[in-house]
Amino acid sequence: MKQVHLAAQLPGIHNVTVWSDPRSRSQISIDSFVRLAQTAERGRFDFFFLAEGLRLREHKGEIYDLDVVGRPENLTVLAALAAVTDRLGLAATVNATFNEPYEVARRLASLDLLSGGRAAWNVVTSFDAFTGENFRRGGFLDEADRYTRAAEFLRTARELWDSWAEGDVLADAAAGRFVRPGAGRFAHRGEHFDIEGRFTTPRGPQGHPVVIQAGESEAGREFAASDADVIFSKYSRLDEARAFYGDVKARLAKYGRTHAQLKILPTATAVVADTDAEAVAYADEITRAQVSPQTAIAHLEGVWGRDLSGYDPDGPLPDVDPEPDSLVLKGHSVFRKGREETARRWRKLAEERGLSIRELMIEVHGGQTFVGSPRTVADAIDHFVQSDGADGFVLVPHLTPGGLDDVVDRVVPLLQEKGVFRTEYAGTTLRDHLGLGAPLSPTEAS
Amino acid sequence: MTLHLAVALDGAGWHPAAWRAPDARPAELFSPGYWADLVTEAERGLLDFVTLEDALGQQSAAFHRPDDRTDQVRGGLDAVLVAARLAPLTRHIGLVPTTNVTHTEPFHVAIGIATLDHASRGRAGWRPQIASRAADARHFGRRTTPQLTDEDVLDPERIAARLRPLFAEAADVVEVARRLWDSWEDDAEIRDTATGRFVDRAKLHAVDFEGPHFSVRGPSITPRPPQGQPLVASLAHASVPYEFAARASDLVFVTPHDRADGRRILGELDTALRTTGRDEGTRPLKRFADLVVLLDDTEAAAGARKERLDALAGAALASDAHVFTGTPAGLADLLLDWRPLGFDGFRLRPATLPHDLEAVTRALVPELQRRGAFRTAYTATTLRGHLGLERPANRYAKG
Repeated sequence: MKQVHLAAQLPGIHNVTVWSDPRSRSQISIDSFVRLAQTAERGRFDFFFLAEGLRLREHKGEIYDLDVVGRPENLTVLAALAAVTDRLGLAATVNATFNEPYEVARRLASLDLLSGGRAAWNVVTSFDAFTGENFRRGGFLDEADRYTRAAEFLRTARELWDSWAEGDVLADAAAGRFVRPGAGRFAHRGEHFDIEGRFTTPRGPQGHPVVIQAGESEAGREFAASDADVIFSKYSRLDEARAFYGDVKARLAKYGRTHAQLKILPTATAVVADTDAEAVAYADEITRAQVSPQTAIAHLEGVWGRDLSGYDPDGPLPDVDPEPDSLVLKGHSVFRKGREETARRWRKLAEERGLSIRELMIEVHGGQTFVGSPRTVADAIDHFVQSDGADGFVLVPHLTPGGLDDVVDRVVPLLQEKGVFRTEYAGTTLRDHLGLGAPLSPTEAS
Repeated sequence: MTLHLAVALDGAGWHPAAWRAPDARPAELFSPGYWADLVTEAERGLLDFVTLEDALGQQSAAFHRPDDRTDQVRGGLDAVLVAARLAPLTRHIGLVPTTNVTHTEPFHVAIGIATLDHASRGRAGWRPQIASRAADARHFGRRTTPQLTDEDVLDPERIAARLRPLFAEAADVVEVARRLWDSWEDDAEIRDTATGRFVDRAKLHAVDFEGPHFSVRGPSITPRPPQGQPLVASLAHASVPYEFAARASDLVFVTPHDRADGRRILGELDTALRTTGRDEGTRPLKRFADLVVLLDDTEAAAGARKERLDALAGAALASDAHVFTGTPAGLADLLLDWRPLGFDGFRLRPATLPHDLEAVTRALVPELQRRGAFRTAYTATTLRGHLGLERPANRYAKG
């Protein structure tokens, strides 16, 4: 039986978090991060994950204020969490656009050393001038260049991690030799980076931190197959997920990699209640709370590209056409592409089903992933993994920080009983938990 | 008259041979446990804060060039992450990491320090440092910085003059960070269920910084730090960095070699304050003197230990700061003798770790307490609080 892998994400933005629920606590206090991380560790999760967003989202030229706003710097929080956890992996998105490999690689290597080998890095590229206004580099990275820059950034980082060999720190006081000669020396000359010198940070326990990628395009899938240890997937419906899983895993062999060496993890939500019926009702409540009347209008505006504040969320869709080229919702990745097609699809759906604006937005929200009694949810997660839809899931709670308590307390024990989820951590590093084996070297990955 | 105390932590200690001292832990310099032990010891000693050294390049015996020595500590961890790793293990002591400001993104540095302040509940500081070594620029390949000559490095004024543009840029980085820290008003988060608004967008402010080296729009992605403005501290040996401190810092470390030197330096700082038009009434500048300390029960023992370390290192200990070799009581005499010149406190650089740190916390501190010169308990909960600095008003808040 395949083992299920689970991760916990504290959502940073988007309307996943129902902040209006009195049980939702601070999004910035370290207490919230500690609480969720310790819950995940109690549940023997593989890792804890934080996404990244380097500019506050804007809507019609103003800060978007309907969802949670405000987040910490990821690696700084993960370093603090390393002090209050023992085995839980610590993963963060760090973008490859507004950073340089030397600095990112040293921070990740430092986190790996400070956590006893639990660091992971989700490599993404931003490509917009909007976010770039906060950075020296400024905005623009041609979309075609995204993957070549990300690929070279990652390979450069691997070279930097390899610039210190195992055992380079001799600490031989008697002989007066602290390091081996040449420890940390590197040189990389490529299209995007031309750097050389000495790297500051010795090899961490994992050799290389775990590398995560989140692409679903052709280039993204190939990049993950050649260079990543984990791929985040957006497919939480079994049929689509199986297609993605099969496609991505089939790409591994030509790189000399086994299926086990790349784990595929969709993002998912779980709503647990005593009975299936209660869970369905609760899930509907959550979705309705996530798609408030104001949020419904704002999301519609994101696609329509124009101000729709005069429309009633409980009324029909606007009869006006979308503005194809205007970007009303900035910094919100969902609304970048394909808006015209989305608008057409939504109109059709609303007409067919007689849906109001808010009802339409609730419908297209997709609802919660796993909904049911603990038994139902455990069975569904297990079935999804055994059917090769995924190797596990990144679970995102709608309440910060207590939203995964039910999964940990009621669902995980059932997965453990089935023998598909660990009862104790067998190894000490995140690579151990994910069953990845030794890290890729730069030469292997090219 | 009471004083403040900080300890500067670097590797195995400030003596190049510190890692070979009998109680050194050189194999653990990259482990969290080593740093946890040091900082919890510092906190037991009721110290105001620790600083953590860092650089975007390996250490070198030569200030201005990399070297090939393998007989000294080489390698280090990111100081902000070390500080964050230590935040949950401590409750009072301030945590002041060094970050490079020449080769980093100001936005990232600012949110990192803000996050450290959140993670430590208001105990974060920041020591911005320019990149004085030209070779480190090659780690990034984006720009070049001046290559100091062998003659330059003999004179702090010459070093500072050659690196003047980097200091100007550093002042801009600090200004951007301060604006980003204020870009969220304290009550920006409203969680107003009636209107569905999580924040009041009128309390989030773009910072719109435009400078010759970079522009930053803002607002920050991180809410206002608990201290409002984490403590900004800088090290200064010459007029350009004195002016930098006067412009940008809340606290300055200087390196007098004796009383007369101390008086002179404090005079130069006063000049810098006048030149830059800084009003200490609204923005006090704390002044600390740095000292390397090598402490034992007797002067003879301290001297002998220094000789052994010097022999291992192959040279007598050289430092920008005065090296005090002696007893904790003797050090207490010196600190209390220099205090009335106008120093608010002292940053002690332990020659070896943990030995000289423990001499500070277990012998110097009790001696100062006996003389009524140092706290017997923490009374504040934030770093600014320990130093008697108020929480600043937000520059963007109206009324």
